[in-house]
Amino acid sequence: MRDASPAKTYALHIGVIALLFALNFVLPDYHQGLFARIMALAVFAMGYNLLFGYVGLLSLGHAMFFSAGLYGAGLTVYHLGWGVPEAFVAGVACGAVLALVIGLLALRTSGVAFMIVTMMFAQVFYLLILYFAVWTGGDQGLVIQQSSRVIAIGGASLDLTEPTVRYMSALALFSVVLLVTLAIVRSRFGRVLVAIRENEERTKMLGYDTVANKLAAVVASGAICAASGAAYALLFGYVGSSFAGVQYSILPLLWVLLGGAATTLGPLIGTLFMYYVTDITSGFTSAYLLIVGVALILLVLFAPKGIMGSIRERWLGWLS
Amino acid sequence: MMPLLTTKGLARNFGGLRAVDGVDFALMPGEIRAIIGPNGAGKTTFVSLLSGRIRPSSGMVVFDGADITTMPAYKRVRLGVAYTFQITSVFANLTAFDNVALPVQRTLTDGRTKGQVRTGVMAALERTGLADRAGTLAGQLSYGHQRLLEVAMGLALKPRLLILDEPTQGLADSEIDNFITLVREIARDATVLLIEHNMPVVMQLADRITVFNSGKILAEGTPEQIRANAEVQDAYLGATHG
Repeated sequence: MRDASPAKTYALHIGVIALLFALNFVLPDYHQGLFARIMALAVFAMGYNLLFGYVGLLSLGHAMFFSAGLYGAGLTVYHLGWGVPEAFVAGVACGAVLALVIGLLALRTSGVAFMIVTMMFAQVFYLLILYFAVWTGGDQGLVIQQSSRVIAIGGASLDLTEPTVRYMSALALFSVVLLVTLAIVRSRFGRVLVAIRENEERTKMLGYDTVANKLAAVVASGAICAASGAAYALLFGYVGSSFAGVQYSILPLLWVLLGGAATTLGPLIGTLFMYYVTDITSGFTSAYLLIVGVALILLVLFAPKGIMGSIRERWLGWLS
Repeated sequence: MMPLLTTKGLARNFGGLRAVDGVDFALMPGEIRAIIGPNGAGKTTFVSLLSGRIRPSSGMVVFDGADITTMPAYKRVRLGVAYTFQITSVFANLTAFDNVALPVQRTLTDGRTKGQVRTGVMAALERTGLADRAGTLAGQLSYGHQRLLEVAMGLALKPRLLILDEPTQGLADSEIDNFITLVREIARDATVLLIEHNMPVVMQLADRITVFNSGKILAEGTPEQIRANAEVQDAYLGATHG
């Protein structure tokens, strides 16, 4: 929002989408699969970034929104035999409703208390998944059969387990969410969110109901994260409690910090970077987490604003 | 004529301290009113009660005929009560443009103004002489310009009552002259209530002056009356501006 160069900004974002589209045809099979996963999870990171990067609310419980989408979609397919589109909508709706309830309760706090409250709610959610193992499959999780992951459109059908369909579905979701977040942060609403991050007291004195704005951001963030979870369940066919664990609350934070908080493309870059560092180093050593840790420390030391944040600061001031 | 703002028995305690102690106050539409008084007299607490930043311990605040005593600050802003901070609190990491865009889009959303955000922002920036700095980060503006930006944000809210808390603090003499012109201009379509320590500014600007001491109103009147008031001289003028 530093200056008005919407044309440049939109061109860059469309360019990134076009590049990802083209990659489908050149990537080897293994990397095509990895990229589909990265795009689906980058949506999770984008949802997290909306709240953490733009509003400045650090949640340690976003695994619950991701898994609300994951289970909302997965369980309706598994138990109720719903089709893919209905299940996806159910997943997003679960995330949005959960975010509304959690937001109403957690926004009574701020700072460290907000972190702890969101983390506690996420733990409750995790334990509920284990408790209702009869339906959720507990820590074993559930596998969603290939036959349930086919979208019938008229006479034709789209098989989400087919690599290119899966890749394109992930790309479609990624693109929509990328453009939606870009529109949000460039909107009047986005300007208010940033103002709340910078100085909430002052924002109130300009006539803004900051609690209502924060609540709207929590719901948008929760819905986006749930969309990622729902897509993950439907594209990769597995629903499991590990996705509700605390590490899945910390991962989006790391992805966003790496890529650059409060940048629209940062979440993708961060997710991509983390995935590949993990993927490459785990080929050499079982201590790959050590290398991931070192990479994180180096980034925090030398590029505290993340990859995209540093690029924006040094070279491209017009980046969103 | 009906007052724009009145308070009845307005009080606020902080622990055992009665920062504002039963104040009855009335402000007529269109006037420029200055509040003066020694440090710790309760001036900032009093205007904070008017703007809704803090809640009174007792008493009531009436704005334009409506009781707003329990109304949250952001709703008072929408009614037209704007407050600019004593300590400059512009959004340092946002551009001057975005700083002013926030109040402008607020009045557009409330339907109190019409048009484009950009037009409204540039109008407010031009009025305060900051138009050529629209793209500068507020934190990189000089202190005087940050104070002016603060006023531009207050202006952009289209206030009916603009409360300025020590607006000339830290301004150079040359900037103060421009500031006085600006406040006179603002007062053409808004009521202005300012807390001010700079006596020449007060004497030049104010239609009436209210003197606070120990949380109470000590005296009220025209600049001439206040200047001549012996009690005021003892409590305040004599002590700090001897």
